[in-house]
Amino acid sequence: MNAGVALQVLQSILVVLIAPLVMGWVNVCRAWLQNRSAPSVWLPYYTLAKLFHKDAIIAHTASPLFRWMPYVLFGCMWLAAGIVPVLATDLPFAPAADIIALVGVFAMARVATALAAMDTGTAFGGLGARREMMVGFLAEPAMLMTLFTAAFISGSTQLATIVDTLAHREFAIYPSLAFAGVAFLMVLLAENARIPVDNPTTHLELTMIHEAMILEYSARHLALIEWAVAIKLVAYMTIGFALFLPWGIAPAGDWGALPLALAALGAKLALAGAGLAFLETLLAKMRIFLVAEFLSTAFLLAVLGMLIHFLVHA
Amino acid sequence: MLAAALVAALAWLAIGLAGLVPAGNAVLARRVLFPLGAAVGLALAAIGAQAAWTPAETLVAPLGLPDLPFHLRLDPLAGFFLLLLGAVSAGVSTYCAGYFRDETPLRLRLICLQYHAFLAAMAFVILADDAYLFMVAWETMALASYFLVTTDHQRPAIRNAGFLYLLVAHIGALAVLLCFGVMHTGGGDYTFDALREAQLSPFWASVAFLLAFFGFGAKAGLLPLHAWLPEAHPAAPSPVSALMSGVMIKTAIYGMVRVVYDLIGAVRWEWGLLVLVVGAATALFGILFALAQQDLKRLLAYSSVENIGIVLLGLGMSMVFFGFGQPQAGMLGLIASLYHAFNHAVFKSLLFLGAGSILHATGLRDLNALGGLLRRMPAVAFYFLIGTLSISALPPLNGFVSEWLTFQTALQAPLIEHGVMRSLVPLFAATLALSAALTAMCFVKVYGVAFLGRPRTQQPAVHDASLAERLGLAWLSAGCVVLGLFPSALLLTLNRVGESLTGASLGAAALESSWFWLVPTEPARASYSPVIFLLVVLAVVLVTIRVVLLYHGRVRIADPWDCGFPEQSTRMQDTAEGFAQPIRQIFGPVYLLRRHLPGPDDSHPRYSVKVEDRHWYWVYLPLARLAGILSAKVALLQRGRISTYLLYSFFTLIALLVFVR
Repeated sequence: MNAGVALQVLQSILVVLIAPLVMGWVNVCRAWLQNRSAPSVWLPYYTLAKLFHKDAIIAHTASPLFRWMPYVLFGCMWLAAGIVPVLATDLPFAPAADIIALVGVFAMARVATALAAMDTGTAFGGLGARREMMVGFLAEPAMLMTLFTAAFISGSTQLATIVDTLAHREFAIYPSLAFAGVAFLMVLLAENARIPVDNPTTHLELTMIHEAMILEYSARHLALIEWAVAIKLVAYMTIGFALFLPWGIAPAGDWGALPLALAALGAKLALAGAGLAFLETLLAKMRIFLVAEFLSTAFLLAVLGMLIHFLVHA
Repeated sequence: MLAAALVAALAWLAIGLAGLVPAGNAVLARRVLFPLGAAVGLALAAIGAQAAWTPAETLVAPLGLPDLPFHLRLDPLAGFFLLLLGAVSAGVSTYCAGYFRDETPLRLRLICLQYHAFLAAMAFVILADDAYLFMVAWETMALASYFLVTTDHQRPAIRNAGFLYLLVAHIGALAVLLCFGVMHTGGGDYTFDALREAQLSPFWASVAFLLAFFGFGAKAGLLPLHAWLPEAHPAAPSPVSALMSGVMIKTAIYGMVRVVYDLIGAVRWEWGLLVLVVGAATALFGILFALAQQDLKRLLAYSSVENIGIVLLGLGMSMVFFGFGQPQAGMLGLIASLYHAFNHAVFKSLLFLGAGSILHATGLRDLNALGGLLRRMPAVAFYFLIGTLSISALPPLNGFVSEWLTFQTALQAPLIEHGVMRSLVPLFAATLALSAALTAMCFVKVYGVAFLGRPRTQQPAVHDASLAERLGLAWLSAGCVVLGLFPSALLLTLNRVGESLTGASLGAAALESSWFWLVPTEPARASYSPVIFLLVVLAVVLVTIRVVLLYHGRVRIADPWDCGFPEQSTRMQDTAEGFAQPIRQIFGPVYLLRRHLPGPDDSHPRYSVKVEDRHWYWVYLPLARLAGILSAKVALLQRGRISTYLLYSFFTLIALLVFVR
C-alpha cells in the first residue's frame, strides 16, 4: 500500500513536471513543420518562471472567485493526472474516480474557468465563456460515449481495469475501438483548444475561445492556468494511450516493468506530440459554428462505435 | 411510528389554522409558526428515515366517510418520501420566516394556512393506503398549491397561470382516478391492499400503467404536459415555487413508483421503453428551453422539467431491467432515479429560494437587469454557487452522484437479452450526457449573468438575505454537500426501499463497501469516492496556494484590461440571450423565435428575442379550440324549454329501463 501511494505521488508529480515539456515539444515540432526556426523545447518552463516572478494584476471588478479559479483548475488537473494509469495500473487513489468522474473533473475545471471569465464583467470574458461552454457541451457527451465503448468492452469504468483488459487481450482489431479512437481524437482537439477548433497561439480576440476567457489573468494566476492547460493536454494524451495503446503500462505489482513503462511513455508522448503538431499544421481553424458539426460528428462516431460493439458481440 | 407521522401531518394543519386566530399578532405568527412548521418537518424527516428501516405499519383512521374509513400505511417507500418532504420543507419553512416580512397581516395569515395545508396534504398523499384518501389528499394538495400560486391574484397574468395549473392538475387527477378504477377490477374495495391483490390481464395492466403515467406525468411536468410549470412557478411566491418544484412534483414520482412497482407489480420492459423515450424528450426539451429563458424563475421551472426527465431516465432503465428479469440492475436504476429525485428536491429548492432572495433584494427576476450581485449579496451568492455546481452535476456535489448512478445503470446494458433494447439503453445514457452538459452551460449563464460581472441596471440599496433566509439556504446547501460527499447512507436506505417493493437487492459488494465508497456492483467494475476526491483536490489547492505565496504574493489592483479597449460599459457584458445564442443557433428548429432586430440608424439599439414553445400551437391551442367547439355543440341541447328537458328525462328513463331489465 505504501509503495502504491509513493508510486501514485511520483506519477502525478512526474506528469505535472513533464507537462510543459510536452507543450514545448509540440511547439518545436510545429515550428519545424512550418519551416520556422524552433524555440527551445524548454521555453514553457522559462515562461512559467517569468510569470511566477511578476506582480499579479487584478481588476477591481473581480471577486474572490477570480483569484481562486487558477488554483481550483490546477487542483482538478492534478487529480486527473493522478487517476489516469500513466505508468502503472495499481494506483491507490484511482478507484476514487472512474472515467465518468474523470469527465466530471474536466467539467468542473471548465465551469470554474467560465465563471471566472465572466467575473470581471468584460466583453471578451463573457464571449469566451459562452464559446467554451458550447464546445464543452458538445465534447462532453462525445467523450463519455467514447469511454463507454471502452467500458463495455472491458466491463468496467475503472481505467486501471480497462487497461488491464485491453492490454492483455489477444491481438484483434476491434472495429468499435477504431470508431471510438477517431471520436476521441476529435474530442481531444476540441477540449484542449487546439486547431481546428481553437488556436492556442492566436492574437485575434474575436476568434478566441480559451484565450478569451483568461485575458484578464496575469502573473502567477496565468502561470498556473497555462500549466494546468499543459497538464490537461498530457492527461488527455495518456487517457488516449490507456484506451487505445495500453501496451507498456506496468501491471499491478510489477516494479520491474516500471523502467520499460517510463520509456514507453516517453516514446508515446513524443509521437503524440509530433502527431498533434502535424495535424495542426495540416488543418485550418474552422468557423465557430462548424465546431458544432465537427463535434456532433465525433459524438455520432462514438455512438456508432458503441452500437458496433453490441452488433459484433451480440 | 405511523401514529407519530400522522400527528406530525396533523400538526402542520394545526399550525396553519393557528395562524387564523384573529387576536394573534401577524408578525409573531410569521416568526413562530413557520419555524414551528420547520421543526415538524425535521421530525417528519426523522420518522421517515427510521421508517425506511422498519417493517410497514398500517392504521385505519376513524376519519373519512362512515363506511369508508381512511387507511394509512408507512412503509420504506413512504418513509423515504417523508424524509424528502420533511428535510426539504424544514429548510423552506425556515426561509419563509424571513421571506414573508413585507406581507400584510391578512395575506400572511392566508399564506400560512395554505402553505401548511399544502405540506399536510403532501404528507397524506405519501401516507395514504387507499385510493380514496389518496385522491382526497392529492386534490387538497392541488387546491392548496393553486391558492398559493394565485397569491397575487390581482394580476390577470397570475390568475391565468393559476387556471392553467388547476386545469392540468385536474386532467391529471382524472387519469389517476381512472387508473385506480382500472386496477380495482370491480371488487368494491379501494384499499391499496385490494389493488395489490387484483390480478390484471397484461392489457389492463398496461392501461393502468398508461393512465398512471399520464396522470402523474401531468403533475411531474412531462412533455407535453409541462406547460403549467413555467407559468405557475414564476407566479408563485419563491418559497412556494421551491416547495412545488422541489417536493410536489416528487409526489408524482412517488405515485408512479407506488403504482408501477407496488400496486401493479409485474413490470414490463415495454413500459420502461415508453418512460425512457418520454424522459429523454423531456430532459432535452426542458434544458434547451431553460437555456433560452431570461426570467430566472421561468428558467428554473424549465430546468425542473429537465430534471424530472432525468429521474424518468433512471426509472425507465430500472423498468427495462426488471422487465428483462435483471433485478440487480433494475434496483440500481430505481436507486439512481430516487436519488436524483432527492437531489433535485434539495438543489432546486435552494435555487428557487436564492431566486427569491434576489427578487426580494432587487425586485427583479430578469437576468438581463441583474449583475454583480456577488459583491452585494455575498451570502446568497455563496449558497447559490453551491446549488449551481450541484445542479450542473459536478463532483463532488450531489447532482453528480445520481447522474453517476444513472450512467452505471446504463452500463449494465449487456445484461439485456434483447438486441435492440441492449443498444438502445446506452443511447439514453448519451441523452443524459448531453442534457447534463447543457445544464452546466445553463447554470454558468445564470450565475455568470446574475452574480458575476457588473450591475447592468442601477439598483439602489441591495441588501443581503435576512438571518432566517440564510439559515434556510444554509440547510439546503448543507444537504447538497452531505448528499454529495456521503452517498452510501442514502444508497443503503434506497436499497432497503427497493427491497421492500421488489424483493431484489444490490450485490453484496455494494452493501458491504465502507461509508465513503460508492460501489454499485463490484469494486473492479466501478467505484467512486467523493471524500477522497475532495480531499485530494483540496490538498493540492491549499499546498499550491501556500507554495506560490511563499515566493511572493504581490498584487496590484487595476481597471479590467479587456484587450485595452478604453470605453467599456456594463452593457457590453454578455446578456442571458447572448450567452444562449450558440444554443439557439445549433438547436434552432426546436424553438419558435420572435426576434426584434434594431434598424441601422437606431441610436439606442436594443436587440430582443422571444422564445416560444411550439407545444402551445401544436397541442394546447388546438385542444382549447376543440373544447370550445364541443361546448358549443353541447349548448345545442340547452334550449331553455321545460318540455324539451322533460323529453330528455323521458328518453333517459326508457334507456335505463332497457339496461336494467
